[in-house]
Amino acid sequence: MNTVISSAKQTVVIGPEHPFVIIGERINPTGRKILTKQMIDRNMSMVCRDARRQVDAHAHVLDVNAGVPVDGVEPEILRQAIQAVQETVDVPISIDSSVVAALEEGLSVYEGKALVNSVTYEDERLETVLPLVKKYGAAVVGVANDDTGISNDPHERLRIATRIVERAADHGIPAEDVVIDPLALTVSADDNAALVTLETIRLIRENLGVNMTCGASNISFGLPWRSTVNAAFLSMAIAAGLTSAITNPLEAEIRHTIYAADLLMGHDAYAGNLIQAFRSERKRQQTSN
Amino acid sequence: MSREEEIKKGLFDHTLVGEADEVVELTQEGIDLGMDPLDILFGALIPSLQEVGRLFEIGEYFVPEMLVAARAMQGAMALLRPLLVDKGAEPIGKVVMLTVKGDVHDIGKNLCNIMLEGEGFDIVDLGVNVKPEEVVAAVQEHQPQLLGFSAFLTTTMPFFKSNLAALSEAGLRDSVKVMVGGAPVTPEYADSVGADGFAPDASAAVRLAKKLMVDMGYDVSMGGDDSEGASALTTAVQAVEELMVKSGKHDE
Repeated sequence: MNTVISSAKQTVVIGPEHPFVIIGERINPTGRKILTKQMIDRNMSMVCRDARRQVDAHAHVLDVNAGVPVDGVEPEILRQAIQAVQETVDVPISIDSSVVAALEEGLSVYEGKALVNSVTYEDERLETVLPLVKKYGAAVVGVANDDTGISNDPHERLRIATRIVERAADHGIPAEDVVIDPLALTVSADDNAALVTLETIRLIRENLGVNMTCGASNISFGLPWRSTVNAAFLSMAIAAGLTSAITNPLEAEIRHTIYAADLLMGHDAYAGNLIQAFRSERKRQQTSN
Repeated sequence: MSREEEIKKGLFDHTLVGEADEVVELTQEGIDLGMDPLDILFGALIPSLQEVGRLFEIGEYFVPEMLVAARAMQGAMALLRPLLVDKGAEPIGKVVMLTVKGDVHDIGKNLCNIMLEGEGFDIVDLGVNVKPEEVVAAVQEHQPQLLGFSAFLTTTMPFFKSNLAALSEAGLRDSVKVMVGGAPVTPEYADSVGADGFAPDASAAVRLAKKLMVDMGYDVSMGGDDSEGASALTTAVQAVEELMVKSGKHDE
């Protein structure tokens, strides 16, 4: 099953027979003081810089989040950020907000088929987000939790994912336009967390067959060797069936591991992508030296 | 070395590496031997947590190590608290505390509970992931003077507003003062959603709670507890809190 998203100029395919899709996570004010301040001031210079840098580092899609801690301004800031990113780079966008009005504002200015990030299995969320996704012909990330919180049981996460796909179908959204987030929590707090995610990915691949994405940087919160932990997790998750991730392509270790995993999964004939990426990085290094 | 000294050294060492079972066992043994709870706190547990914080600060310790140390400390505090808080006095007010819907973070809220209880408040803890209708039901049932909402995520703090709207709809908004807090919450945000006050940490929550009580015309001077035990509890909570603040720090 393939999920196709697009910008005005580019199309990206997420699917089990395609190279892994990197969704760049950097345009998000959470924990970033300067970006937060700039966004509140409607200054999009760091947004544009982060967009450019991530695309240079081979992000296929960019996540854009404008969740600043000021009430009521997120829709406007998200719209401006999306417009700024569209003017700066050509890749498709994942519109990221928990505020329905912000998703709508973002979708209204987006040129192409966006990925809406995200909806959980909660009635009021489903009944407000899914009609928007349908109206704008977008794809949507469905997060495998409901109003009772996040289950530690992979089978329960599969059940919730299945219900999200069914509810999307009720709204006329086909399964290929639903990308499930199996949820990756930090192993700092629970050393079983990654195993639960990996098992959830396997169950969803076998039983639902839909595409999956997840915020892969949570996993290493508070640890040394964060990039290594993230990269190890991604490589295991790709083997288990994860087809895309919201992660930081600016980290070489993560970027390189994803190319290597694609090759090992048989998604990179004659290592063409890996070699090309190597050459372009070497060239950039040589010109900067 | 006397057994008391061995216990203190053991408490320091086991807290440092987060061995909760050993810490609880040694704390119980110390209590049974008649050791002063203040000595257990100031002579072993708090210095150990401070050492954990120092090691984190210099990049030697990582978040999981802070969490297990804080957990070990909390196990010991559960045993020490009844010995430190004067249970005789009349409560100075009732507070309903909760973490909002969709959010399961409770360390901060629990520290507020300990401090408020130490200061003489009667606490009703609704736990985590509490829905607006449950907030309304709890206010109806317990009729508190104060209500405390905690949220750890930018995605869940909008539930402050949902809770307040649900209270207004039920005609209960004017019956309670509402305090809010949590990592991403700012005073401006608290203001914008219509809360009555914001507290950045557990000590501030106590000051805010007392101020709101006074605003409502209550006398908070008679109750409360300025004993050495209560102030020891404050110091202990602050030590845990300091670790949590450090462990939650993001890297830009």
